[in-house]
Amino acid sequence: MSSAIVSLPQDASALEVIGLVKRFGRTPVLQGVDAIARRGRVTALVGPNAAGKSTLLKCILGLVRPDAGRILLNGVPVSTDPAYRAAIGYMPQRAPFPDHLTGDEVLALLRGVRGEHAPIDFELIDRFGLGTEMRKRIHVLSGGTRQKLNAVVTYLFRPSLVILDEPSAGLDPIANRMLKQKVQDAARAGVTHIITSHVLSELEELADDVLFLTDGRVRFSGSLDALREFTGERRLERAVGCLMEGVAS
Amino acid sequence: MTLAMRLLISGVRDVSRRRWLIAYVVFYLVTTDLLFRFGGSGGRAVLSLANVVLGLVPLVSVVFGTMYLYHAREFVQMMLAQPVGRRSLFVGLYGGLALPLAGAFLAGVGLPLAWHGGFADAAWPAAVLLGVGAALALIFTGLAFVIALAFQDRAAGLAVAILAWLGATALYDGIVLLAIVALRDYPLERPLLAAMLANPVDLARVLLLRQFDLGALAGYTGAAFERFFGTASGTLWSMAAIAIWSAAPFAAGLRLFSRKDF
Repeated sequence: MSSAIVSLPQDASALEVIGLVKRFGRTPVLQGVDAIARRGRVTALVGPNAAGKSTLLKCILGLVRPDAGRILLNGVPVSTDPAYRAAIGYMPQRAPFPDHLTGDEVLALLRGVRGEHAPIDFELIDRFGLGTEMRKRIHVLSGGTRQKLNAVVTYLFRPSLVILDEPSAGLDPIANRMLKQKVQDAARAGVTHIITSHVLSELEELADDVLFLTDGRVRFSGSLDALREFTGERRLERAVGCLMEGVAS
Repeated sequence: MTLAMRLLISGVRDVSRRRWLIAYVVFYLVTTDLLFRFGGSGGRAVLSLANVVLGLVPLVSVVFGTMYLYHAREFVQMMLAQPVGRRSLFVGLYGGLALPLAGAFLAGVGLPLAWHGGFADAAWPAAVLLGVGAALALIFTGLAFVIALAFQDRAAGLAVAILAWLGATALYDGIVLLAIVALRDYPLERPLLAAMLANPVDLARVLLLRQFDLGALAGYTGAAFERFFGTASGTLWSMAAIAIWSAAPFAAGLRLFSRKDF
């Protein structure tokens, strides 16, 4: 199989990455990445370890400064002005809150940062039943509860682009189910998602599109159905395996 | 309220609830109180305290500062994914730790000083002690942030932090002395002064000991300083240098923070 790129039409792109290059010292991590996340669709970002997935996400979030290339969010180039991130909700792998603040204090801090008029979505607090937990300090909360709070924060300000990095890590099956439901509801409401996960069966449930990255290059970009057709495999796991073998050969 | 101020306040809230900070305050309270009870007059107690402060404030600030920033890495990433500028976040992080550290020192030493009448007996030395201790907390917290930003690996960062403390508090004077012995045939006053200004702990030590007319205890660099500047202008010079030192690591940290890939 060749490493041809299947391109999507660009009309409904919420996020567009053009020719992104990043090196850490001498090591090239992103070698001219072109990618699109389409509005209201869930894009699964997959690839082997050290493919550059995290670096790509960090470039989008402004945590890493790319050496070359452009990122357009809703058609507007991302600059060093942090204001564009008001449109983004980010759920990192590990819940990142200060140990000695309560959940309520974390939310108050973030609301202070966003300003009084930022739209708010408390739905996940209710879905997860976090009421009393929000008044406890983070360091007494279980890993799963912290991860729930992490998900709450991600959707708190009604973002138009949501980035989930290994969202199911640490969540119990019920909470995981609720989060998936939230992803699907938000996507239906037009929210664009980019999700990375090592649990491919889970991605398969959610993903509309697949972006396959390896060695800092995009090897496949297209819908899940196009990937199935391209590889001749029904299951995402097998299809991705097929892509990886294709790259290796 | 500005963004940096919001971040700073929640940082202060987070840090001041930590057990080690409370233990740190209690340690100063007990030590200061005991020194006054058993150490004799106010001036002598302040002098004994000075030796504790010169070692402990830099150690605690640089070690906890380094650990704090490593521990906050995910928090930093989350905050930077918000519409928050790097400068605001850095100011908030630094102030959120440096102010509780300096405050812990000021409360832990200042309160017993006040109730034992230390300010009445030796007002100026006591005030200089508090000022210099707080400045050392700011300086070494800044240094800690520089180290944690420059070294990706926590273990390496912590080792460098401890080495920095050891170098500034203990090794520095020894190295200077060695250099003096090796270069005794050359005029050394100016290089020596430069050497003293280059180390905030040395500077703090000279500034403190000068309050007690104990230049002899201020080490070799202190003696040179004494000779060069005399009394009044020397104090002004060293205070100005401490003030610059209080800002320099912060500025260097901000520069690193603004450019770093997280």
